[in-house]
Amino acid sequence: MSRAFFRRRKSCPFSGKNAPKIDYKDVRLLQGFMSERGKIVPSRITAVSAKKQRELSQAIKRARQIGLLPYLVK
Amino acid sequence: MGRRFFGHAGETKKAGGAPQWCGQASDRLMTEKEAAVPLYEHVFLARQDLSQAQVDALAAAATEIVEGNQGKVTKTETWGLKNLAYKIKRNRKAHFVMLNIDAPAGVVAELERQTAINEDVIRYMTIRVDEHEAGPSVMMRKSDRERRGRREREEA
Repeated sequence: MSRAFFRRRKSCPFSGKNAPKIDYKDVRLLQGFMSERGKIVPSRITAVSAKKQRELSQAIKRARQIGLLPYLVK
Repeated sequence: MGRRFFGHAGETKKAGGAPQWCGQASDRLMTEKEAAVPLYEHVFLARQDLSQAQVDALAAAATEIVEGNQGKVTKTETWGLKNLAYKIKRNRKAHFVMLNIDAPAGVVAELERQTAINEDVIRYMTIRVDEHEAGPSVMMRKSDRERRGRREREEA
């Protein structure tokens, strides 16, 4: 079957061995999953698994709370 | 990430008596300690115009609250003066300190109560973790990682 817009599904960046651990202190890692405006990027774009996306959003929200990450970038 | 809500196993055991939040009931806390003690990470932000010595004093005070109530502080990390992503109480920067705490819940409640009163602390957060990280956290490793990256590039 050949679809014109077939793209191979990327695997989750947080699974597999030597995958990074999601931690609210790791600002640089978390920033990679945020938009320019400071929003959390949906997992359908970043290919993060649902379970890891929940952990990720939790971590980003914690980092925001202690002022490590912005709520919005104007 | 390895964090979850309060585990049920420890909770059912503790449910025997009403939880005593204050430090006076030391005998009560002693019996709770025999059960698995939860682990916490406590981060607080101190005002930017404090000196490093004052920040260290705040960390020492927090440690004293925990250790005065049969808790343990397994690690204290000072991340130094960092830029904030947004202004908090008119501060653009803040001194960050993290404590790894090994203590029953009542101790954390007491620590948070006293931290909330202190005007030098502009924000704090305590979270429960399944295990404490051994060695320095990402914050302390950051500059280290950059150095390593450069070395690898030079070798290549």
